[in-house]
Amino acid sequence: MIAERFSALPKPAKVLLVLVLVLFIYALPLLRPPLITTDQIDFGGVMFTVAIFALIALGLNIVIGYAGLLDLGYVGFYATGAYSIGVLTSQHGSWPFFLTLPVAVAVTMVAGVILGAPTLRVRGDYLAIVTLGFGEIIRITAKNVDWLGAAAGIKDIPHPNNIGPAPELPFDKGGFFAIPRVEWNGLIPSLDHEHATHVLIFGATDAIPYYWVILTALILVIFGDRLIKASRIGRAWEATREDEDAAELMGVPTFKYKLMAFALGAAIGGLAGAFYASGQGGYINPDSFPLLYSMLFVAAVIVGGSGNRWGAIVGGVLVAYLPERFRDFADYRFLVFGLALMILAIWRPEGLLPPRRTKRAKAAAAEIEALEEGEIEPEEVQHA
Amino acid sequence: MPESRAVLEVDDVTIRFGGLTALDSVSFEIREGEILGLIGPNGAGKTTCFNVMTGVYQATSGQVRFDGRPLTKLKRHKITQLGIARTFQNIRLFKSMTVLENVMVGTDANSKVGFFDALFRLPRHRRTEAESLARAKEILEVVGIKARYDELASNLSYGDQRRLEIARAMATGPKLLCLDEPAAGFNPAEKQKLMELIRKVRDEGYTVLLIEHDMRLVMGVTDRIVVLEFGKKIAEGSPAEIRDNPAVIAAYLGVDEEDAS
Ligand SMILES: Nc1ncnc2c1ncn2[C@@H]1O[C@H](COP(=O)(O)OP(=O)(O)O)[C@@H](O)[C@H]1O
Ligand SMILES: [Mg+2]
Repeated sequence: MIAERFSALPKPAKVLLVLVLVLFIYALPLLRPPLITTDQIDFGGVMFTVAIFALIALGLNIVIGYAGLLDLGYVGFYATGAYSIGVLTSQHGSWPFFLTLPVAVAVTMVAGVILGAPTLRVRGDYLAIVTLGFGEIIRITAKNVDWLGAAAGIKDIPHPNNIGPAPELPFDKGGFFAIPRVEWNGLIPSLDHEHATHVLIFGATDAIPYYWVILTALILVIFGDRLIKASRIGRAWEATREDEDAAELMGVPTFKYKLMAFALGAAIGGLAGAFYASGQGGYINPDSFPLLYSMLFVAAVIVGGSGNRWGAIVGGVLVAYLPERFRDFADYRFLVFGLALMILAIWRPEGLLPPRRTKRAKAAAAEIEALEEGEIEPEEVQHA
Repeated sequence: MPESRAVLEVDDVTIRFGGLTALDSVSFEIREGEILGLIGPNGAGKTTCFNVMTGVYQATSGQVRFDGRPLTKLKRHKITQLGIARTFQNIRLFKSMTVLENVMVGTDANSKVGFFDALFRLPRHRRTEAESLARAKEILEVVGIKARYDELASNLSYGDQRRLEIARAMATGPKLLCLDEPAAGFNPAEKQKLMELIRKVRDEGYTVLLIEHDMRLVMGVTDRIVVLEFGKKIAEGSPAEIRDNPAVIAAYLGVDEEDAS
């Protein structure tokens, strides 16, 4: 409904609407709207995690949603990206973050190719098992290899380079300018200059600049995703997912395209991991990448609507946000979260935002059903 | 008709599944521009023959040559790109894709568009996409389902799904088009229309290999016929020759044409 109304708008109105929405999303951690804002933990930090999960879900959606490959070890790529940053900027080098970022992505992509090349030739369930193992192998390797910091992990991963004048503590916090955040007293807003965000200083106290960087990356990846999906590559993925043998016989090099989806997914997972590693804490260890995460990532894609990028993003956002928002439930929060997932699975098995296709097919099926039950008269068919 | 060049040669092909010999030293050739009928009772090995030609199965012995080039060990999508396209006896469309997209998967078989062409919308992408779209619409027009191009493949009627299968195969730009019982499940009137379509397709310049059950139908549309029974070729010739061939009559005697599929 919203989508239809949106597409009915004239183009300038559309562009304006999108711009306002994007601006709002950028400003969200500064606006701190009541109800949405988490009070017990730093809202900027939550938004940082939320953006990372959205990015991850978007990447995994290429693998699961587009190409139909069940990857149960996606956390392995997330970890590979994070450890690449850790190793190159702290543990064994001191490269600047923005130079390391493409390297981390490339390393993860290569990992994806190495894992995918032998396994993607085999079909179906096998891939799920191999990837499941991969996620654990990465974690266990990190835990046991001293070069990777072993169980203690990697500390002091530097923040991304500041953009703008450097801070001269204790008084000058640096940056081009500072934006105060909004404080809400009930429904009355006021400006809080004490907790201003300095543009663009990546420090230990304020997660918002990181959030902006990840959000920017997310938007770029969304653009890329759209362009690739709406091309022969997207068609090849979909055909392969629908019927691999038929696709192959129609001239689709299915293995090549599966590998491409897998490697792209890996690269985006690595990108997310890289951002995570150089985030506020600047600290990663093997336990930052538990098996549970792989399950959460898959849940995000499925809950959101596998095959629909917006669905996947919403799924990622919810999976990251809900447990933080409902911290009141303390130990029960994952139970509540699990229940919510189950209810959702029953209530909307195709996900919150199923792909356009699923919706169309369902509408057609409903129409046929209605016809059969005689609710709609098929346009005056031979009544005589 | 002047003797024309062989597009495809099936040379002494044998294939066994365990103890079963599905094809037994079968040889025949398909000549450029003809409609060759491949007939035989159910289980004779017709579909298996397609599967060997398109790389789904490897022949136990013997060889299939396309334009003089052996197809042995070639990947299936390579065989398609070389110029053999097929349909499936039991329809295998990409159900969640639209009619147009199904056909465009076919046109993509010859596309050289790579990842970066698509990501940056380079001229090669734009040119190829426009050409594919135009070609796909043209083909949909030929098979007569252009009006439904935006429909999901799974929402088409059974007959239109069969037509879409033909369109998708045509879109790969083949020299040789292999149709596996395209009229299965049709009533006589629909069958007649389909045969007209096949003739039209041939007139577009494709060579056609047609598997069909219904003898009468095959007689009307094909230039030559090859008959299989229990994996062996029992006859080959013009429709008139086949009609009067005692071995063929024996093979078809007692076979109820309607319940066979
Ligand atoms: N993959 C396979 N494994 C075992 N037997 C097969 C296989 N494919 C086909 N056959 C057998 O080969 C014979 C020929 O089958 P097929 O080519 O489908 O016949 P037709 O298309 O002429 O009706 C049948 O007996 C069938 O059971
Ligand atoms: Mg058959």
